[in-house]
Amino acid sequence: MAKVHVTTTINGEPMEFLCEPNDTMLDALRGPLGLTGSKEGCASGDCGACSITIDDRLVCSCLMLAVESEGHEIRTIEGLAQGERLHPLQQKFLEMAALQCGICTSGMLVASDALLKKHPDPSEEEVRFWLAGNLCRCTGYDKIVRAVMETAAEMRAQ
Amino acid sequence: MNVVTNNKWIGQRTIRPDGMDKVTGRAQFAADTTMPGMIWGKVLRSPHPHARIKSIDTSKAEKLPGVKAVVTSKDIVDFPIEKGAVMLGIQDMRWMCRNVMARDKALFPGHPVAAVAATTEAIAEEACKLIEVDYEVLPWSIEIDDALKPDAPILHEFNKFDGKPSNIVGRLEHKKGDIAEGFKKADVVIERTFTTRPVHQGYIEPHACLISVAPDGKTTIWSSSQGQFMVRAMTAYLTGIPQSDIRAIPAEIGGGFGGKTIVYLEPLATLLAKKSGRPVKMVMTREEVMRATGPTSGSKSTVKIGATKDGKIVAAHGTFYLQAGAFPGSPIRGAAGCSFTPYDIPNLLSEGYDVCSNRSKVAAYRAPGAPIGAYAVECVLDEVAEALKMDPLDFRLKNAAMEGTKAAHGPVFPRIGYIETVEAAKSSPHYAAPLGDSHGKLRGRGVASGFWFNAGGESSAQVNITEDGNVVVTTGHPDIGGSRAGIANICAELLGIDYRRVSVIIGDTQTVGFSNLTGGSRVLFASSMVVTQSTEKIIQTLRERAAKIWEIDPEAVKWENGAAHPASPNAGQFEPLTLEELAEKAPAMGGPIGAGVQLNTQGADGGFGTHVCDVEVDVDLGIARVIRYTAVQDVGRAIHPGYVEGQLQGGVAQGIGWALNEEYIYTKEGKVDNPGFLDYRMPVCSDLPMIDCIMVEIPNPKHPQGVKGVGEVPLVPVMAAVANAIYNALGKRFYALPMSPPKVLEVLEAPTQQAAE
Repeated sequence: MAKVHVTTTINGEPMEFLCEPNDTMLDALRGPLGLTGSKEGCASGDCGACSITIDDRLVCSCLMLAVESEGHEIRTIEGLAQGERLHPLQQKFLEMAALQCGICTSGMLVASDALLKKHPDPSEEEVRFWLAGNLCRCTGYDKIVRAVMETAAEMRAQ
Repeated sequence: MNVVTNNKWIGQRTIRPDGMDKVTGRAQFAADTTMPGMIWGKVLRSPHPHARIKSIDTSKAEKLPGVKAVVTSKDIVDFPIEKGAVMLGIQDMRWMCRNVMARDKALFPGHPVAAVAATTEAIAEEACKLIEVDYEVLPWSIEIDDALKPDAPILHEFNKFDGKPSNIVGRLEHKKGDIAEGFKKADVVIERTFTTRPVHQGYIEPHACLISVAPDGKTTIWSSSQGQFMVRAMTAYLTGIPQSDIRAIPAEIGGGFGGKTIVYLEPLATLLAKKSGRPVKMVMTREEVMRATGPTSGSKSTVKIGATKDGKIVAAHGTFYLQAGAFPGSPIRGAAGCSFTPYDIPNLLSEGYDVCSNRSKVAAYRAPGAPIGAYAVECVLDEVAEALKMDPLDFRLKNAAMEGTKAAHGPVFPRIGYIETVEAAKSSPHYAAPLGDSHGKLRGRGVASGFWFNAGGESSAQVNITEDGNVVVTTGHPDIGGSRAGIANICAELLGIDYRRVSVIIGDTQTVGFSNLTGGSRVLFASSMVVTQSTEKIIQTLRERAAKIWEIDPEAVKWENGAAHPASPNAGQFEPLTLEELAEKAPAMGGPIGAGVQLNTQGADGGFGTHVCDVEVDVDLGIARVIRYTAVQDVGRAIHPGYVEGQLQGGVAQGIGWALNEEYIYTKEGKVDNPGFLDYRMPVCSDLPMIDCIMVEIPNPKHPQGVKGVGEVPLVPVMAAVANAIYNALGKRFYALPMSPPKVLEVLEAPTQQAAE
């Protein structure tokens, strides 16, 4: 089986990689692209630990073929901070203890960022339903929801 | 003991040392590492719940291009059953060697029978299919009732109970007084039988490892576990490689909850790496995690409680049958030992039975066994309180264990905080609040309490002052819930410096002294003891160095706010010497500054919690939702309140899942029918409310900072609190978990007399 050549943009950088036709985007990110911040918890789109965006649309990278990234803009957890400057969500997660083991954190942050881009003033219920595709087994979600809402409030005030 | 008062960092919500790596995707979990020349390992698993393995032919698999090694049970060190137990902690290597690879029999669907390493995952999988296993399929049983039938298929023929071959592989009892006499004094006696389903620990990170074995046998293991020393020791036992040759490096661990206190993959990957001469990576799929690791026991419990009219419990009897799965070792100690412990009961018999059946070997799950027992006991207590027309919290207060109470499992309690948790629950805003508008649904409130032993044990730490006057602390416990943040707070407090100057890392097995598992709510208790003693040694050194420079007696030097000062004006007039200055002068003043301490820590007091839960039940759909929850716990001293609350909230969320949805469902063929996150339904964000925490702080007098373990207790009361709330809403009691929509509807639609049975 010949590998496929893919040209795409990842976190703003033009990228090329080779993959099997049946590789998922998550396989490509974690393999040839070396971006292991996206995690594989289930490979079936149920846990959200592999959340990324493609052209600003939130997806589970385990449910997308790597070849589908051809010509599109992919963003992952590695692209959330601007150099040394953390995204406000990252800073708030740290300050409010919104992570424990950290395995869901990448996906939670990518999903939360996608939420705030679309809904800068979400209600608690909107946050809870938006993040319902991101499993966390450690925190009971309480501090995650609070961190997202507080970040939203601060970003609106700026 | 040096109890720190007037704290600057202890009790502060500091930023965790590992936080930055985790919010930026840098943190390296088990599956995140690679090595040059790395190949992939896969496991062939039994499709049968119970089968004798007559032969295994691996020749076709070995010939497949790309296959580099194949291993079967012949490659694993055998621990013959008749030679007796070889224990590592609570695990018997006779069962571990058979659990990582089936020997004469496969005992559950998913039981490994062979493993392959190949240049790609796809080739390894293909090779597994080429392995020919000749099975003699045997009758099987999974459920406790089936495993206990007189004609039940016996998993381990050597085992006898009451003189006959049996699946009951263990029994323990705790006894106090005379229950027959006690029940005679009771005005109200209630006896109920409860069942719970197996539930998985549900960590999001599947088991994974990467292992390299050099030609001289030197082995490096990268894996995530709840104990790198456990990984080293078990791998050494099962492969024959000496512990001194195995460096087990703890990756960040993506959740464990008890489920990563044993090995599954590491011995197999080590043997594959040794045979192939290549580093071998193995990563379980979610399906493999669900079929072949954990879960906790399913259970059947009967609890009988008798009380007098004035609300005093006079006798109690609990019988707890727990599924061990394929090998002995279900957590009957937690079920029988913890369930009645919040109460002072003069006559008590608490019995636990360990039952083998054809499902995966049970693994520890947060307060192992205790939530199962507490579910039964706390639900019966609710009924007794109702029969006595007493408020359920008042009933608990009237019978509460306190300082001086002798627990049935042995100890006479020191100062404990159980009563304070009940009082705090009673005076909480939640308990006083009306249930509120139900929008046509039925609402109810329930309460329950719980206890966990907590644990001490072996811990090691090394604290070093860097040449530029900052601090590196190395401990030996994988950090799951934020223990590094707690250690940074404590070390910074003792040294009087900013916590950001303290770097806390988890050492590997060859760079830090032996440290027992992360489990039992022991880590911050034990590791802060060794870190405290190490830091105190360093402070002593720093005072001596300052004394030498000032040419005064070390006793005339005090350490304060990160610097040495003359202890009093009599000692002389000197400018303070800071940590940085003393570090800079270290080479000339006696050399590097550092200290290590290793202890078998003692004095871990048990923990108590009391929970209040509100539910709302949609009687048309049978959906019960938790709409408000308050967890109260005696946490000793909250070193980092954010992560203490995090433990409480996470435990409650797991309990709500156990109560309302989570369960292993088996096919008629005995296979797990829901081995994924879609069908094994853990709580998602939209299922839960905020979880309020009330931290009662009764410091542990035997600990330098007053620490008590906090991780396990918050799961213990939850299922009973939810069940009691659902009763309060519906007027119908449930005696089985989960209380999922089909099961709620079944009870709602049943004739009344059966529903109340």
